[in-house]
Amino acid sequence: MKTARPMSVAGYLFVGPAMLYLGVFTLLPMVVAAYLSVHRWHLLKPDRPFVGWDNYRRLLEDPFFVNAIRNTVVFTALSVPLGIAIALAAAVLLNRGLPGIRVFRTIFYVPSVCSQVALSMIWIWVTLPHVGFVNWLVGSANALLGTSFATDVNYLQRFPMISVVLLFIWNGLGPRMVIFLAGLQNIPETLYEAARVDGASGWQRFRYVTLPLLMPTTFFIVVTTTIAALQIFTPIYVMTQGGPNRATDVVVFHIYKEAWHKFHIGQASAMSYVLFSIILTISLLQFWAMKRRSDMIAESA
Amino acid sequence: MRATRVIKLTAVYALLFAGGAITVLPFVWMALTSLQPRRAAIASPLDLLDSESWSLGNYEFILTFPELPIVRMALNSVFVTLCVVLFQLAICSLAAYAFARLRFRGRDALFILVTLTMMVPTVVMIVPLFITVERMGLLDTYAGLIFPYPYLSTAFGIFLLRQHFMSIPRSLDEAAELDGCSKLRILWHVILPSSRPALATLAAFGFIWTWTEFYWPLLATSTREMRTLEVGLSMFKESYGGTNWPIQMAAAVIVLLPALAFFLALQKYFVKGVVQSGLKG
Repeated sequence: MKTARPMSVAGYLFVGPAMLYLGVFTLLPMVVAAYLSVHRWHLLKPDRPFVGWDNYRRLLEDPFFVNAIRNTVVFTALSVPLGIAIALAAAVLLNRGLPGIRVFRTIFYVPSVCSQVALSMIWIWVTLPHVGFVNWLVGSANALLGTSFATDVNYLQRFPMISVVLLFIWNGLGPRMVIFLAGLQNIPETLYEAARVDGASGWQRFRYVTLPLLMPTTFFIVVTTTIAALQIFTPIYVMTQGGPNRATDVVVFHIYKEAWHKFHIGQASAMSYVLFSIILTISLLQFWAMKRRSDMIAESA
Repeated sequence: MRATRVIKLTAVYALLFAGGAITVLPFVWMALTSLQPRRAAIASPLDLLDSESWSLGNYEFILTFPELPIVRMALNSVFVTLCVVLFQLAICSLAAYAFARLRFRGRDALFILVTLTMMVPTVVMIVPLFITVERMGLLDTYAGLIFPYPYLSTAFGIFLLRQHFMSIPRSLDEAAELDGCSKLRILWHVILPSSRPALATLAAFGFIWTWTEFYWPLLATSTREMRTLEVGLSMFKESYGGTNWPIQMAAAVIVLLPALAFFLALQKYFVKGVVQSGLKG
């Protein structure tokens, strides 16, 4: 086997740069973060003693961190189902050979290539009292219908969490919609024809053909959207700074303040690991639930 | 039967138009606002539609604003984005080629490791990366801005390209091998030319992800001259924009336009990439 040897060396040479990159900039930081999380590490103080689990123990007693966890859970629980439902609805609407449909696909994708800072600024501007677009719409409706809804509502202040949720959905619609479209196009047309012959209505075809066959796609989107939602940062930074009154203080923003306002690097690293564990647990649970479900379907079939 | 079809079609278009309006109107609103004179008191939103008051003065003001060198920031963004995308294309194609074509001990284990790194949230890495970059004295440098942060997920890139490389007929590289080509030449002359759509997809996503990245450039830079456009925009909002919405919206337009033009030019690759990234069936 004279050819086997150069072959194997070539393999290592080719994967080398990528492995080195991932090692230095992904795996090493994880190790460093673990090290930092068990030290009292102030960015500006030279004394950095080992404190064991102390940083983690203090997190549990920190009401603001618990609040941040709660906000993150609420944000994720709102934005994931809603974001996925809207993406699926858009995909179903677009999955027809209708004229002009590609224009809509392009339009729905646009916010996904936009700067989150800019989108957040647009959001603040359109929801301002009086001059904002939303209040202007309400005012116009008032004039038209003779109603008298308030037009001085600061929607961002009044509904901070909903605002961030809607921005997240607006910003993330494109890829989710396109993945759903791909999933829909993989469902054989013959199945729909068979269902039609059996007298299934449009809704029944969606419920009993589309949804089950779309499960792997949906599952992938649920996992990726959840992971993205748990790490929401930029819109919070630009629109609310965690406020008002810590109502939108999510974990990543809380970590940001702990590390770069208070310089508590050790504490911030412990928080990062708590979030990492949550993300890992949720991903594993979702994988497990998915496997169980597909096993059950296989059994019943 | 015909009547219900017409009703259904109308409903579909009505929903599409409603969704399209919700998506597009905020952008229209932004653009109209940006054309208003600076410090204009906008009494009624209808004022925005008055084309006589439109001017490009805000854009001129921002582009020549001495406090915030926005042209320099735009060049930073372009430079950083180009470097990140080219670097990632290079290391991802090399690795993807090895995973798709070459045999070596531990290949499958390594590939699983690569996919597992997709699970590591960037938030865990950002604090230690900052500490490391600070120790290396690379804060506020292009090197510190470009290399440490996986703007474009390396794992995603390897995954996407490997998928595509595996669909290229092996007979092509075998023919080249018989001609005495080295592995690197096969990759360069056979594999990469037949993978242009996949490479374009990776570049397209890399461009958008890097261009719109906010957190790392915010930490890794400290002087105005090193900021990227995205960070510059947020600084502008905080320090200079205030309640001067025409100026703020003009700044937002300046940041959005390049990405938008890029997307419209390359949009088919955005669609293809999502579809190809291992989601078939």
